[in-house]
Amino acid sequence: MLDHPPPNAAFGGSSSSLLAFGLRALPFVWAALLAMACTSLLSRLFSADPRTVYRLFFVGTWGSVYGVGQVLFKTTPLLLTGLSVALAQRAGLFNVGGEGQLAGGALAMALCGAYLPTSVPALVSVPLCLLSGFVCGALIGGLAGLLRWLAGAHEVIVTILLNFIVRALLVGLGGVLFVKESVHTAPIHAAAQLPRLSQWLPALHGSALNATLFVGLFVVLLYAAILQHSHLGFALRTVGQNPDAAAAAGLSVGRLRTLAMALSGGLAGLGGANFVLGYKHYYEDGFSAGLGYLGIAVAVLGQGKALGILVAALLFGTLSQGGLAVNAQVPRELIDVLSAVVILSVATANPEVRRLLSRLPQTLRPSLASPANTPGPARGTP
Amino acid sequence: MSAAWWLGLLLAILRLSVPYVTAALGGTLCERAGVINIALEGFLLISALGTALGASHGALAAVACGLASGVAFAALYALMVVYFRGDQIVSGVALFMLADGLSRVLLKAVYGSTSNSPRLAVLEGSGPALFLLAALFLIVGLHVLLYSSVLGLRLRSVGEHPQAARALGVSVLNVRVVAVLLSGLLTAIGGVYLVFEQRQFVALMSGGRGFLALAAMIFGGWRPLPAAAAAVLFASAEALGIKLQASDLHLPNFVLQALPYLLTLLALLVRGVLRGSSHAPAALGIPRD
Repeated sequence: MLDHPPPNAAFGGSSSSLLAFGLRALPFVWAALLAMACTSLLSRLFSADPRTVYRLFFVGTWGSVYGVGQVLFKTTPLLLTGLSVALAQRAGLFNVGGEGQLAGGALAMALCGAYLPTSVPALVSVPLCLLSGFVCGALIGGLAGLLRWLAGAHEVIVTILLNFIVRALLVGLGGVLFVKESVHTAPIHAAAQLPRLSQWLPALHGSALNATLFVGLFVVLLYAAILQHSHLGFALRTVGQNPDAAAAAGLSVGRLRTLAMALSGGLAGLGGANFVLGYKHYYEDGFSAGLGYLGIAVAVLGQGKALGILVAALLFGTLSQGGLAVNAQVPRELIDVLSAVVILSVATANPEVRRLLSRLPQTLRPSLASPANTPGPARGTP
Repeated sequence: MSAAWWLGLLLAILRLSVPYVTAALGGTLCERAGVINIALEGFLLISALGTALGASHGALAAVACGLASGVAFAALYALMVVYFRGDQIVSGVALFMLADGLSRVLLKAVYGSTSNSPRLAVLEGSGPALFLLAALFLIVGLHVLLYSSVLGLRLRSVGEHPQAARALGVSVLNVRVVAVLLSGLLTAIGGVYLVFEQRQFVALMSGGRGFLALAAMIFGGWRPLPAAAAAVLFASAEALGIKLQASDLHLPNFVLQALPYLLTLLALLVRGVLRGSSHAPAALGIPRD
């Protein structure tokens, strides 16, 4: 649904939109409060002084150029997995398979980069590597969409099962592909590598921030453009909001869902580029653990909107980097707790906010938040 | 394959079935009341953690702590999706993430490691047979509860047609909260069992059993007896994988590890293609209005 200006703009539109803005901000305020409460509670377990924890957190993230670089480095894959979950969500699907899709895509990229002929120039090999990661993720994601279409198997269960299957498969393949006595593949050629930004900005020296960030930002723009301004985006959103109406309008719901899952899987598959093409230049067993799940947090917090996802990815990128910075005081797994708390509080507060918005007097009511932000209820089997 | 091998397989199936069965029953109970329960995996994991943490005060305390933490998580889930009408699938997945993160943080706080607890000597010698008996009893008990009790009738009516149930004076809120809490209790039995069987807590030790149990429930058409049978079927895939790993067949390890998930996927497809007579509860996933 396009965001129309409030129809009542002439009658104190500014105060009504201010009220609506306040209401819409409530879930985030609520999430922040709960997350902070959890942090203080759990850091007591480790008898860490909260002030020290916060100081270390700040210095390690936005307090230095190196820290900012690392935050952006951590943000990059979350942009892609967040967009992946959000894209499926806009089409009324929930892709929980980001873990498997990202890891599968990462292995494909590493193999593509390592086994291409060395004579291939960077202008060809980098896009080819990215494409291989996208395709591999798209195949895994698309399979879940296909099974939903053909056998009515719910994508949530299927993507979770596929995570486990892909994980076992990757471990099995690793036995054949990994360099002896290691848990990583052979390094990719120099021509397939994405450059680190410290090449141009010496202040970033030591930070792993690399050109994958631009890939991620480009995909954010592409996501917004496709969803809001293309036939495909319109069709996907229609299927997401009302599959019956979409079918009545002559859209093939099954095919569109499969396509949405494939695109979603492909985006997650791209997420491995940050590590494989830009940082270590090989696939390493288990490097991506948690990135897919954090993508869910990013998508839920970003409410399916491109700008929201960008901000949410930055937030979780900051938390991930900050988690490393404070690891000596409190375990960085605290971040996993916080991201779960954020999802839970936003998901819980959203229906209340919608209810409050709908209760505003008609003259004060702005256009309601698009229901496509959250997957609609009654979507099938589990 | 000798007779002894088959007997060993049978025993392994019985041993491994317990968490699958209790979680599948918990899922069935919850979803028949109209509440989707992806959170089963989280219930299993957190109750396993509770058991390990309670084990320092003896085996009985371990059981009590395990069950209590499962029910506490279920209460949290009920608050979020029944009371506040949060999205059931998103909240369920998030609850699993919370269980994983929380278990690692608490492990670090108590044992100084984020991956596993030490061996819990207290739990040595406690018979898994007791749990097996309990599981059998629960299968029959849940069948009776659902189909031959007042609560069961209310529960099913709330899952099929909440408006009609409300018109007859049934509190949709209360029935669903009770269903979610009971589902947490049932699933927690499986989580407690996991720790008693492995005698330590390992991060992510639920290993997807909650998700597989959910698939078993779907495969069983949201009915306790077939759901439990499907749960045993999926458990036997795990048992077969373990037995074959130890055998001299030299099948690739990863195939055996993927076996339960592959079989589950296949079962879902077969069921989807055949489209059996029983369907999901009509009001499944629709928040009360």
